[in-house]
Amino acid sequence: MKRTSRSRLLRLILPFSATLLLSGCQWAVLNPAGPIGVAEKWIIDTAIGLMLLVVAPVIVLTLFIVWHYRASNTKARYEPDWCHSTKIELTMWGIPIAIVCILSVIAWRSSHQLSPFRPILSNVKPVHIEAVAMDWKWLFIYPNHNIASVNEVAMPVGVPVVFHITSATVMNSFFIPRLGSQIYAMANMQTADNLVASAPGTYRGISANFSGGGFSGMVFNVKAMSESDYKRWLAKAGSSTRTLNDTEYLALDKPSSDVPVTYYGHVNPDLFAQILNGRLAPGGPLAMKATTITSGGEMGPIGRD
Amino acid sequence: MFGKLTLSAIPYTNPIIMFGVGLLALVILSTLGAITYFRKWKYLWTEWLTSVDHKKIGIMYLILAGLMLLRGFADAIMMRTQQALSYGSNMGYLPPGHFDQIFTAHGTIMIFFMAMPFIIGLMNCIVPLQIGARDVAFPLMNNLSLWLTAAGAMLVNVSLAIGNFSRTGWLAYPPLSELHYSPGVGVDYYIWALQVAGVGTTLSGVNFITTILKMRAPGMKMMRMPVFTWTSLIANVLIVAAFPILTVTLGLLAMDRYVGTHFFTNALGGDPMMYVNLIWIWGHPEVYILILPLFGVYGEIVPTFSGKRLFGYTSMVYATVAIGLLSLLVWLHHFFTMGNSPGVNAFFGISTMFIAIPTGVKVFNWMLTMYRGRIRLETPMLWTIAFLITFTIGGMSGMLLAEPPADFVLHNSLFLIAHFHNVIIGGVVFGVFAGLSYWAPKILGFKLNDTLGRAAFWCWVVGFYVAFMPLYVLGFMGATRRMDHYNVPAWHPLFVVAWVGAVIIFAGIILQVAQVVVSIRQREQNRDLTGDPWNGRTLEWALPSPAPAYNFARTPVVRDRDAFWEMKQRGVELKSSTFVPIHMPRNKATGFIIGGFSFLLAFGMIWHIWWLAAICLAGVLGTLIRHAFDDDRDYYLGADEVRRTEDLHGRVQARSV
Repeated sequence: MKRTSRSRLLRLILPFSATLLLSGCQWAVLNPAGPIGVAEKWIIDTAIGLMLLVVAPVIVLTLFIVWHYRASNTKARYEPDWCHSTKIELTMWGIPIAIVCILSVIAWRSSHQLSPFRPILSNVKPVHIEAVAMDWKWLFIYPNHNIASVNEVAMPVGVPVVFHITSATVMNSFFIPRLGSQIYAMANMQTADNLVASAPGTYRGISANFSGGGFSGMVFNVKAMSESDYKRWLAKAGSSTRTLNDTEYLALDKPSSDVPVTYYGHVNPDLFAQILNGRLAPGGPLAMKATTITSGGEMGPIGRD
Repeated sequence: MFGKLTLSAIPYTNPIIMFGVGLLALVILSTLGAITYFRKWKYLWTEWLTSVDHKKIGIMYLILAGLMLLRGFADAIMMRTQQALSYGSNMGYLPPGHFDQIFTAHGTIMIFFMAMPFIIGLMNCIVPLQIGARDVAFPLMNNLSLWLTAAGAMLVNVSLAIGNFSRTGWLAYPPLSELHYSPGVGVDYYIWALQVAGVGTTLSGVNFITTILKMRAPGMKMMRMPVFTWTSLIANVLIVAAFPILTVTLGLLAMDRYVGTHFFTNALGGDPMMYVNLIWIWGHPEVYILILPLFGVYGEIVPTFSGKRLFGYTSMVYATVAIGLLSLLVWLHHFFTMGNSPGVNAFFGISTMFIAIPTGVKVFNWMLTMYRGRIRLETPMLWTIAFLITFTIGGMSGMLLAEPPADFVLHNSLFLIAHFHNVIIGGVVFGVFAGLSYWAPKILGFKLNDTLGRAAFWCWVVGFYVAFMPLYVLGFMGATRRMDHYNVPAWHPLFVVAWVGAVIIFAGIILQVAQVVVSIRQREQNRDLTGDPWNGRTLEWALPSPAPAYNFARTPVVRDRDAFWEMKQRGVELKSSTFVPIHMPRNKATGFIIGGFSFLLAFGMIWHIWWLAAICLAGVLGTLIRHAFDDDRDYYLGADEVRRTEDLHGRVQARSV
């Protein structure tokens, strides 16, 4: 009887623990597939490690003090008026100051090194991809190939990719958890995200900033592939008979979510600029001229591995 | 005639909303019915609704906060249920538009109408007593603050039955909150609810700063103030510094929506980034407005139940001031991912980390206060220990998010959700419960039921960890916030665990409701006749429980920190033999009437019923003018009356000849 109830309990718990243990690759942020993500994971690990140096003893000591100085333990020392010690108070300020100083140095250096705007140092020429957040899908334009795709983006492994990002609608955030850094996508503004994949695979891409009713269905696939597969993908997308002209764009602009992957074999060459300048936005040609955020861009490329 | 308001604004076709509305209507109608049946309307009106007594206003704030906790939690468990169900082919039971309203309402209610009324309620109940004052500086304005806050809370709840609430998230980022993307009345409900309540909060801030600075008992220098009074002072300074920014920001958004300006729109030169900056310049101090007073609560509880002076009082005060100042310099850490230059990100990341220094100092202070103490593990102390451990973990995850590159992968994820619930539940909510169980005898005159209190404590603590630890994991798995549906198999079991946690917390809340009911029924057994049930250290415990309307029959003279402890050491007699008449403010309906007009004014603005708005605006101004000509504002409570009241509490000393 006891046995069955235990095995029933096991059966109940097992799927949960199994998912936790076996699904290493599901820990997207802690299992990066590119150097940016690796560097960011290093910061997470280091910061947690440094903080645990203080936090773990604090938790243990708190519990120990509560237990040892409980009212029923009359053998413990009791000093009702002891309330000040310069030495202890200096240490008390000193410990967090020391930890924060170390973390601040990390914050300063890493903010600069890992700025999403900063180009990735590499021997290979980077791939430029324009990404547009729409209600509620992602449009990717390959300006050098005049092709576009919806909710799927392909990139060659080991080649830095510069995503030029804007929004045709409200604020969104362009995020591929397994590759690293997210950045906001905002209308009339251009941000950039420099990423690189070091292993082939299909990664999940999302908007990480709530943007309305279809937000949950604003998911895209990132296909990191070998150079030859990438070329094949470009050819496949390029062979699509669909053309992303103004009419087609305005149709695409209508709110929709969970949109299936679509390829456009031809794109108006200045489509991204038009979206950016709000020419195709609800505000029409009256909309202000776009601002390009270039912060960080002025710095030279430095390797980040 | 009725602007945009038509019968179709009532969502009678939606069974979930109608169930909620029905439940709410049932509660309201039965309350009104009970008041009528017991013929308590006059009592309610003269003794409570129009009261200018800070203790009664405090209790009304606490009731409002408690009710809003129930409402906010109902939203929470609905969200948890949706996310536990809505995986793969199952779309859950809430369509996106409804789910979006629920998370927006949850955030708005929990911050503005649960946490804020709780802390302002506690300040009202305790701060004047701690500093030996007869009331707050502006008693009638205090009543007005309450009714403006209540009017705001009402607006949010009315949106359930008439129209809908905002679907933008609790900070209403434009352009999503602009007319083009949110054409309905939801965002207008949000704006006007917060505007009305925000004015009330600002006035509270002015009131408490004045009270604390000007009305302390003789001898209570700044560096002798109890820590709760100190942290309340800093929190109120932050209120006065930050809330006007919220008012202006929402005012600009309202202009975009009402008169066609383009402050934050996509088109015509609008800049949504400006809104995000402005709202967080208010929003970040806001979280410290919430947590600081609770730091004070812990600062009172730890010494009392350790039977020991607070360790490092001066450090504690400077740490509080430092947190207050730093809190105004960190707002940008809420959007490292907006594309700021690395220098800007690093500056705000580092300034954020600096807050960990004074906060860490506080944690050490509490630990060292317990060290070599005699710790009594009463319920307030249990909450405090749970806080120390939980908050430290929450602080750690916060420090991690302050590293800009870590934030690049964790921003807006469920890790963030876990972090701020970790500090808000572990810090603010636990603190409120600690404070309520600690001061209940002073506020109500009797202790709360201990068994139920302890049971609720364990449910809350266990429930919190079960509900939020999975969210940390989900954040690392790349799960973002505000999803009504997802397709990743590995996430599902974690969402189910989080739901179980929410159910455990629900059990804790049910136990707390039971605790209140049982405690009121058993009040005679648990009555506090001494006025000092915990062997307290600060002046509020020098008074009988509950404190009489005038608080102190004789103004206390303070000689040291822990004023009451010092009096007990010296053997100061609390009984008096001679009494003098006491100058008292008179109860007035002005605050309630202005609150009512403000509610209707906002309702008129929301639905574009311009005539109603105009009449109510005139009503607000007219009431103010009428009040200005009202000379009958105060009276003297006769010495005999004071003697009679004190005698009831056994505080009259027979005159020896």
